Amino acid sequence: MVRSHVLVCGGTGCHSSKSDEVFNHFEEELKNTGLADEVKVIQTGCFGLCALGPVVVVYPEGAFYSKVTPDDVKEIVQEHLLKGRLVTRLLYTETVKEDTITSLDDTDFYRKQKRVALRNCGVIDPENIKEYIAYDGYMALAKCLTEMTPEEVIKAVTDSGLRGRGGGGFPTGRKWGFAAAQPAGDKYVCCNADEGDPGAFMDRSVLEGDPHSVLEAMAIAGYAIGANRGYIYVRAEYPIAVKRLRIAIAQSRELGLLGKDILGSGFDFDVEIRLGAGAFVCGEETALLNSIEGGRGDPRPRPPFPAVKGLYGKPSIINNVESLANIPQIILNGADWFSSMGTEKSKGTKVFALGGKIKHTGLVEVPMGTTLREIIEEIGGGIPNGKKFKAVQTGGPSGGCIPAEHLDVPVDYDNLTAIGSIMGSGGMIVMDEDNCMVDIAKFFLEFTVDESCGKCTPCRIGIRRMLELLEKITSGQAELEDIDKLENLCYFIKENALCGLGQTAPNPVLSTLRYFRDEYEAHVVEKRCPAGVCKKLITYHIDPDKCKGCTLCARNCPVSAISGEPKKLHVIDTSKCIKCGVCYDSCRFKAIEKK
Amino acid sequence: MKTLAELQAMRDDMKSQVGVRRDSDYRMRIVVGMATCGIAAGARPVLAACTEEVAKRNLHDVIVSQTGCIGICQFEPVVEIFDADGKKTTYVHVTPEKIPKIIAQHVVNGSPVVEYTIGANAE
Repeated sequence: MVRSHVLVCGGTGCHSSKSDEVFNHFEEELKNTGLADEVKVIQTGCFGLCALGPVVVVYPEGAFYSKVTPDDVKEIVQEHLLKGRLVTRLLYTETVKEDTITSLDDTDFYRKQKRVALRNCGVIDPENIKEYIAYDGYMALAKCLTEMTPEEVIKAVTDSGLRGRGGGGFPTGRKWGFAAAQPAGDKYVCCNADEGDPGAFMDRSVLEGDPHSVLEAMAIAGYAIGANRGYIYVRAEYPIAVKRLRIAIAQSRELGLLGKDILGSGFDFDVEIRLGAGAFVCGEETALLNSIEGGRGDPRPRPPFPAVKGLYGKPSIINNVESLANIPQIILNGADWFSSMGTEKSKGTKVFALGGKIKHTGLVEVPMGTTLREIIEEIGGGIPNGKKFKAVQTGGPSGGCIPAEHLDVPVDYDNLTAIGSIMGSGGMIVMDEDNCMVDIAKFFLEFTVDESCGKCTPCRIGIRRMLELLEKITSGQAELEDIDKLENLCYFIKENALCGLGQTAPNPVLSTLRYFRDEYEAHVVEKRCPAGVCKKLITYHIDPDKCKGCTLCARNCPVSAISGEPKKLHVIDTSKCIKCGVCYDSCRFKAIEKK
Repeated sequence: MKTLAELQAMRDDMKSQVGVRRDSDYRMRIVVGMATCGIAAGARPVLAACTEEVAKRNLHDVIVSQTGCIGICQFEPVVEIFDADGKKTTYVHVTPEKIPKIIAQHVVNGSPVVEYTIGANAE
């Protein structure tokens, strides 16, 4: 009989810091100590606190061990699992109170979170369908098939107020309603798991931690619109997610929860996986459909909308992973429960991937209407190293930068749009005073230039011209009228591009122009980068008063641009200097100045 | 699986297996002293007997855990039972054979087995 469960995070974040080795060490060590029958080791999905990975949680105590290395495993087994003594040095410090541990739910990181889409992530073994079933898995599908008509299912989803979590924010119930209204015949349910925004990993974590919730929701959607076939379009760059999806589909078919005549209801539904090769534009729904069909991932003009003429020319719905993960909970707990969370026009919760200059890098899920300040400062733990917050970038390459003055805005679709950004899929990249906003805009534009499919001229040529203007600005060769040219180009592309990629590509530039125009002007007029990022505009000097002549900078300089005798003042030859910043980082006396 | 009843049966069966993964909403906590002194006196089979008995009776709201040395090594194996209010009963010189009685009488029916407690054995 099992008395204790050891949960090892198997998400990509922890995986990359050897959580699989930790898992194997646990199994081995438990076998060696004869505890294998009493203690069960489970590999779960993401706990959210990726910054502290690999994460191990031991129940029934609920002890949260962070940054566990394979070498720590023996100690946890010997001390905690055998003798019942907590290994305090590995416990997440916030959970340690005198001699006892406090619940994880009481920590700053989890206190304000409300996990709906992520409810099973870090709780169940995603490779075991029975664990999903233990937490009411497939009960929502069973409820739909046995107690509800397709119309009632659509009504429940509509009433819940759920809006698409992939970024568009279109009401999910209405989307289903359009497809259901089409004449019967072949229809399709597609799951968009082509999460391409830099810094976003919400969908990946749901697929890795709770793949069955997506399968169940797709079957529910199929029942609602009258489709018998579903496709999950997932990037090949998510190997763990793909592997767990494959296992989930196989297990679900084996139990008869996918396939013919599900639960004796006469309803058939099956799901196939399509791997995307990682083109950003394939996250756009019409391009995604082309790609599923085996064609080039080019967007199609709309209308006709996919709900009328989608995959293989048939009525289709395309839902994002996170939207789908909410569906079973809406069916089980009711539309009222879901719509009781959130703001007037944005219901429920939203998952955000916190990244950049923030202490608790990771995944959080909060009710809509939580302020940016709560997410960044309380849950995220604020900016590390005592630096000052400058902006937060939401919505990836289609989004914008939000400055400190808007930190108290409650996050929902409409509020973020009003302040010049978008909700997007939920990536949040935090920036501090060391980030140059022009450089950030350039970074996102480089990405969209790379990912533009080339079908329409405004996007193919327009954003390339924008990038050239930004390069001119960051190298100090621009004039003031270039900023105006850049702005005009932004509006032109927004209005004329064919698909969402091009229409939103100028957003990072527009939002930084709106809030940080002074930084653009400093680059142009003073030929200066205020944050000291743009290499062509900075020079490194050694402060004669602070230099001790330790020779460290000279020894580290990769191009031998620094000269000087030991214990005497060193000098940087600016004609040789490549501005790599190694001297700046290595000087122990802070004698190197960046101007 | 072809019926809702089968799905429900599987869920109920699995629920007991994942019940240990909960934060703190238990009715009683059985703690076995598993320091060197406890293990030497035979705490391992006692711990096993506890988990087995709890599982056999499907006591989902009871957790079994271990602790270090309680400080009364001459009385090991020691088993402490905490109720939801934190009230503690200490059983001493516990053997696997005593466990079913302790669980039936104390954990299930709420009346401690006085003759096994430290109070009755301290003279």
